Amino acid sequence: MIQLEGISKSYKIAKRSTGLRQAAKSLFYREHTIIDALKDISFSIKPGEIVGYIGPNGAGKSTTIKIMSGILVPDTGSCTIMGYTPWKDRIQYVKNIGVVFGQRSQLWWDVPVMDSFELLKDIYKVPLQEYKATIDLLIETLELQEIVQSPVRQLSLGQRMRSEIAASLIHNPKILFLDEPTIGLDAVSKIAVRQFIKTINKEKGVTVILTTHDMNDIESLADRVILIGKGSLLYDGHLEKLRKRFGTHKTITADYGKNTIPIQIPGTSILSWSPERVILSFDPDQTKTSEVITHLSDQVKLLDVTVESQPIEDIIVQLYKEYKI
Amino acid sequence: MRLYYKYLLILFKSQMQYRTSFWLLSVGQFFIPLTIFAGLYLLFERFGQIKGWQFFEVALCFAIIHMAFSLSECFARGFDQFSSLVIKGEFDRLLVRPRSTFVQVLGSKFEFIKFGRLLQSIIVLVWALSNLPIEWTSIKAITLMLMIVSGVLIFTGIYMLAATMCFWTVQGLEVANIFTDGGREMAQYPLNIYQKWVARFFTYVIPFGTVNYLPLMYILGKTQGNGIIYLLTPIAGGLFILPCFLFWQFGVRHYRSTGS
Repeated sequence: MIQLEGISKSYKIAKRSTGLRQAAKSLFYREHTIIDALKDISFSIKPGEIVGYIGPNGAGKSTTIKIMSGILVPDTGSCTIMGYTPWKDRIQYVKNIGVVFGQRSQLWWDVPVMDSFELLKDIYKVPLQEYKATIDLLIETLELQEIVQSPVRQLSLGQRMRSEIAASLIHNPKILFLDEPTIGLDAVSKIAVRQFIKTINKEKGVTVILTTHDMNDIESLADRVILIGKGSLLYDGHLEKLRKRFGTHKTITADYGKNTIPIQIPGTSILSWSPERVILSFDPDQTKTSEVITHLSDQVKLLDVTVESQPIEDIIVQLYKEYKI
Repeated sequence: MRLYYKYLLILFKSQMQYRTSFWLLSVGQFFIPLTIFAGLYLLFERFGQIKGWQFFEVALCFAIIHMAFSLSECFARGFDQFSSLVIKGEFDRLLVRPRSTFVQVLGSKFEFIKFGRLLQSIIVLVWALSNLPIEWTSIKAITLMLMIVSGVLIFTGIYMLAATMCFWTVQGLEVANIFTDGGREMAQYPLNIYQKWVARFFTYVIPFGTVNYLPLMYILGKTQGNGIIYLLTPIAGGLFILPCFLFWQFGVRHYRSTGS
């Protein structure tokens, strides 16, 4: 469905220097640096997939999204999406996609949300019957009943984001690009947004590509992650595999009755310690979980024990370190 | 066209959210050109006529160009304020919608408060016409309409040129105002009162003369020989927008390959 091959893109950026004299000089002459935003990116995505596109700030995520949505033209490489080249067949192509830029609104600021929806209906030439069915479904599943009559400027960020997502789906797109859809949302809104993305993916078979910095998004939504750093593709594959490859450690958190003697268990390292609680990290390939617990119960009076895999956030930090990005 | 109407509707609703400011600004817009017109009036009060042009003839000239200007400011404001669209990155949004960028930019902004200015020029137009001894024919009426329509097209064309430059410079170009505001100021008087080169510039480069001075001579019966040529000049002037449109298309392509 989506096929990117050897996509590269570089920007010419004017060097900015500080100081008045430099600023004055830059009026007439500016030095430029070429920044490679993307270097030889290739991947393909099948219909119905949810792909998490991750990487640190400035890695090239947004540039890739912009190329895939036809806003930018790459320097080299080819990109075929549903048989179209996005930047060549722009008008035909964009009918099939929905795009949400988390940090920018596509709604009209001063009018009720519903008015924006209706204008989008006309922009995308959605037949009235189809529009009604879609909008009813969207309002119901995103719980927009109470907010569609309020102007956008009065909405909270969470309400706005739900409206944004609804707006991007009015024309029933086959592909949905989400650029940081959960940025700045509270926990409840995040979960609502994730739930909804899952639903439309399952029920309508919409292919979803999302960029995010919140690893919980990835964990709850995407089976597949593509990691990009400094413009190069670093990892493309299953989230679990990524976890296995990098997330080798487990942690044990143990609460116990007051004990002032520090705990020592072979094969583990202490992450934190207090007279009531200890957090240990260990490699399950070398030290068995049961062994660690046995040692623990020998040394202290255990009250509570939890065992956790390494959180995905840590794995990503480790990954970024490993690839030096 | 239907879509453009829908855009207007939503923009009008937005504007109506701020009713008080709408009325205040409209009244302000009504009075700005009024002061200019007062200057014109006083000038003729003192001198009686300029190069054989009477007060009401010049008033007609004034009304037509101001009407075209205020209409273009209403409708083509999206292009006039295009730099803000680029700076805020909202142009990206337009590109992911399956409509031409031209319609979408036009529909991005509509300056309702400029109706105040429009009203003022309509009043001057009616006043001037009722005081001029013109023998009206249907052709003359059509010519008058064409003058206004083509005038709007020329102003829009200049806005588009300036907007296109934003793809390279990002920030808006005040330079364009020399041609819009300046052109308006020039063209509110008959072009033959100026130096030859000024008249030529505003006839052949930015063709304000073709929508104002030349056909006006025909309407006022100041022409000799065949009036048809004068009748056709507004159409020629209106064509000014075509190269502007092509330049716009070129600019959009450039934007997409640099994404500044």
